[in-house]
Amino acid sequence: MTLAEKILAAHAGCDSVEPGQFLRVKVDLVMTTDATGLISVHQFEKMGAQRVFDPQKVVFVMDHFTPCRNIESAEVVKKLREFARQQGLRWYDVGQAGICHVLLPEKGLVLPGEVVVGGDSHTCTYGALGAFATGMGSTDIAAAMATGDVWMQVPISLRFNYHGRLQPWVTGKDLILYTIGRIGVDGATYAAMEFGGEAIAELGMDDRFSMANMAIEAGGKAGLFEVDQKTLAYVKARARRTFSVFEPDPEANYAKVHEFEVSNLEPQVSLPHSPANAVDVSQVGTVEIDQAVIGSCTNGRLDDLRLAARVLKGRKVHSRVRCIVVPGSQEVYLQAVREGLVEDFIQAGAVVTPPTCGPCPGGHLGVIGEGERCVSSTNRNFIGRMGSPGAEIYLANPAVAAASAVSGVICHPQEVAKA
Amino acid sequence: MIRGRAHKFGDNIDTDGIIPVYAVNLTEPEELGRYCMANLDPEFAGRVRPGDILVAGKNFGCGSSREVAPWSIKGAGISCVIAESFARIFFRNAINIALPVIICPTAARQTADGDELQIDLSRGEIRNLTQGEVFKAVPYPKFISELIAAGGLVEHIRQRLQREQEPPRP
Ligand code: SF4
Repeated sequence: MTLAEKILAAHAGCDSVEPGQFLRVKVDLVMTTDATGLISVHQFEKMGAQRVFDPQKVVFVMDHFTPCRNIESAEVVKKLREFARQQGLRWYDVGQAGICHVLLPEKGLVLPGEVVVGGDSHTCTYGALGAFATGMGSTDIAAAMATGDVWMQVPISLRFNYHGRLQPWVTGKDLILYTIGRIGVDGATYAAMEFGGEAIAELGMDDRFSMANMAIEAGGKAGLFEVDQKTLAYVKARARRTFSVFEPDPEANYAKVHEFEVSNLEPQVSLPHSPANAVDVSQVGTVEIDQAVIGSCTNGRLDDLRLAARVLKGRKVHSRVRCIVVPGSQEVYLQAVREGLVEDFIQAGAVVTPPTCGPCPGGHLGVIGEGERCVSSTNRNFIGRMGSPGAEIYLANPAVAAASAVSGVICHPQEVAKA
Repeated sequence: MIRGRAHKFGDNIDTDGIIPVYAVNLTEPEELGRYCMANLDPEFAGRVRPGDILVAGKNFGCGSSREVAPWSIKGAGISCVIAESFARIFFRNAINIALPVIICPTAARQTADGDELQIDLSRGEIRNLTQGEVFKAVPYPKFISELIAAGGLVEHIRQRLQREQEPPRP
């Protein structure tokens, strides 16, 4: 069995499972946010449910439009707060919170071998820890809150092996943009993506989170990594309960195996309006930008901010560009302050916002207007995603975003900084 | 039986296109319906007559998990979505909230904007009245048919919770 199949079998009480099979799967954690949570609460009530299945296993994170951007969002958060209090759930609000997908791993709320469902499509991020995690809509999340299980069809698995050694300034983000460029935005629809190969073994956890995060951008149901020493070092510092480590069998059945040689890969940029429009940064041509965003559940972690700071330190953001840095969580923010990164950003003329989704979904703190161009370390460049449907979004890694902020045009980090 | 005019869209229509972020805090389907497809075609919601049918290409509903996307389609008055294929979360969401979604690559490709369609959901049959053609939908797996027969996920779980709360029989 593949990694996904093993985890699902264990949570459905089966010895083995096959793709296509329908299962009732026990979940270890249910998560939702201020963006989709209120409909879940309404549906939970319509189901006639009284209590959530286990208050310790239900987490609400206020991250999308907080600190609240307008009256509607304030009303949503108020109602969710009330529900969370009544039910005694785990609750993260302004001051403790951050972007849900940065926060949960950091707090040790997701561990290897677990099944997690979240009311947000990027729940697949936790696959970096060797967990099976997937996003669902509000009604599914309501059902999971009420019962502690979900219906699921066992996905086919696709294996992606990355070979070679990455060049300076090339990150996990570039690997995943490149992969989506190769297989398309529906290249992994309904499938579990399993990532491996020696280039992956070299990646730190923050790079693996970036990759698992974007499995959904290829249509994937989950994106999983095998657990290694780096994973164990990450979770052991945080876990407060036991967990199981699963490995794919050597004879596991993959619908397809992709082998990518990535030693010569350049940083990637996905042109508007699809993540699958990935090209080498040297092929982008001259694209003047108005805004650069460094943050989000894809690239708002400490390694991402360190990388951006290596470019911005001692330099100045171009006079035409707004550069917005969004730490992914309070912990990331605090560490960025301690390491002097925040000072580097401010000296460079960038602005640092509180931890939030902010500009990524066009929520607040950096919405873009008609005809504007933004290079962003986020995960979606769909029409209208960050504001006006007449704007253009270019996806890239944090170093490319930072370098472009300095030069005013999209460029390779080596053009403004030394590796 | 469903009958209405087809509104045709292309491949990879994402949920930011279906419902823009500034409307996602709304919860009433009718309100959401006013913003349906606003980023892609601002006139769309005004053009839909109740019962009309949305026809799209591959990977319809990709992107965010926002359930307000199928709610807004429903709220706009659309009775059914036919596509070559659907993104996974959107498909689940639609089934869960009882918005009929039909996978039928041939019908999706051959239908033109404005064609009059008639759909028999129980038989999985799509009739293009304008072109005089009949298409067969890809049938649902048994589990999903049961979920639909129960009236969607809310009803399915409500019945299950009731059963589980009943005292065990002696
Ligand atoms: S940062 Fe962007 S992609 Fe991530 S959860 Fe927030 S809105 Fe979604």
